[in-house]
Amino acid sequence: MPTAFLPEEYLPIVIFMVIILAFGLGTLAVGIVLRLRRPYQEKLLPYESGNPPVGEPRYRFSVRFYIVAMLFVIFDVEAVFLYPWAIVFDQIGLYAFVEMMLFIAILVVGYVYAWKKEAFRWD
Amino acid sequence: MPGIVDTLLYIAIIVAKILVVFGAIMLHVAYATYFERKTIGHMQVRLGPMNVGPHGLLQPIADGIKLFFKEDIIPAQADKPVFFVAPVISLVGALSSLAVVPFFEGFAIANINVGLLFVLAMSSLGSYGIILAGWSSNSKYSFLGGLRSAAQVISYEIALGLSLVGVMMLAGSLNLTDIVRAQERYPFGMFLLPQIIGCAVFVIAAIAETNRSPFDLPEAESELVAGYFVEYSGMRYGLFFVAEYTGMIIMASIGIVCFLGGWNGPFKIPYVPFAWFFIKLYVLIFIYYWVRATLPRYRYDHLMNLGWKVMIPLALFNIVITGILKVMKALP
Repeated sequence: MPTAFLPEEYLPIVIFMVIILAFGLGTLAVGIVLRLRRPYQEKLLPYESGNPPVGEPRYRFSVRFYIVAMLFVIFDVEAVFLYPWAIVFDQIGLYAFVEMMLFIAILVVGYVYAWKKEAFRWD
Repeated sequence: MPGIVDTLLYIAIIVAKILVVFGAIMLHVAYATYFERKTIGHMQVRLGPMNVGPHGLLQPIADGIKLFFKEDIIPAQADKPVFFVAPVISLVGALSSLAVVPFFEGFAIANINVGLLFVLAMSSLGSYGIILAGWSSNSKYSFLGGLRSAAQVISYEIALGLSLVGVMMLAGSLNLTDIVRAQERYPFGMFLLPQIIGCAVFVIAAIAETNRSPFDLPEAESELVAGYFVEYSGMRYGLFFVAEYTGMIIMASIGIVCFLGGWNGPFKIPYVPFAWFFIKLYVLIFIYYWVRATLPRYRYDHLMNLGWKVMIPLALFNIVITGILKVMKALP
């Protein structure tokens, strides 16, 4: 019978997550039994310093948030590329170092471009 | 069959370990709030909580019980399923990182070979909870708080991830136990000195990641009330609270493991193998509060500038410097 790959070290993590979920849902469930519930219309309004809410709550927001999200994707992927390189650095030595400096240099070009295009400016 | 008995025993030991760690951390979370109020109280020449129990020692327990009995208000226009699930996502994201932290030699619930990566992944999972909470509450404050918080967390996550690359280079591993062992041949048994830039970037990014003051923009009381959890009350609010404080403990633990030599200390403390880890943890938690009591809040554009224009170049610079030192064989 072919044995399936079982990442055994991850079993505790799965159990831990189940326990956390049980804790989270459990405290909420116990809360349902214990607490009172007397909703009325004013109480259920979204909070706006006591005034009745004005306009749409999900209004149009700054496009800057999208730019940050896109930059995040680029730079986070780059950081992920650096991890395996950092781990095996000792085994590869100078070659890896030169290779990675080139990678970082290319990245810095993009970074400077984004900076000059004022992608990091926030106002 | 001995096989089944062994497996059950194995699982029982895991569950026991998890419950011990979970209980200990929950106690720490509860008393971290007390410690915070006392520290900031004394720094502002106040006494902090004094009434519940001697010197207010039972205050966190009273707070917990109060949260249980508080009415759970769900705004009429809220997106209910998302509203329900957001705090639980936050909680799972924050707490599951605990599974890989080695509190002392040979003790980690799961000693996996990608421990550091796992912690980074879980800490980014927390931002889902934040943005879903902000979106589903159907309130302007929550919405803006959620957006701001998500943008802040992902910006500083890059700096956080890059600041740890130097540590990975020196240790040659992502396993947290290996990282601690690798530090034993460095001065003071720590990566602090060879990684001083990385450590500085890490500390600032960690404070921003956990949304703590002076980077607590998402819950800036004076402009956004409480940010993404304005509409949350009772135990749902409590879960966000637990997630936030656990996040602080996790970030401090990662700092200890990666820069401060983990469970090792200047001398051995007999019978209490985790003593040094927790001493370092309390010092770092104190520093969180100290910073909160000392520094005023950042403005949002300054915050983003600092993250993108200062922290990321510094972290890259640290990688280059570490690489050069490594190639020149200047490090032990």
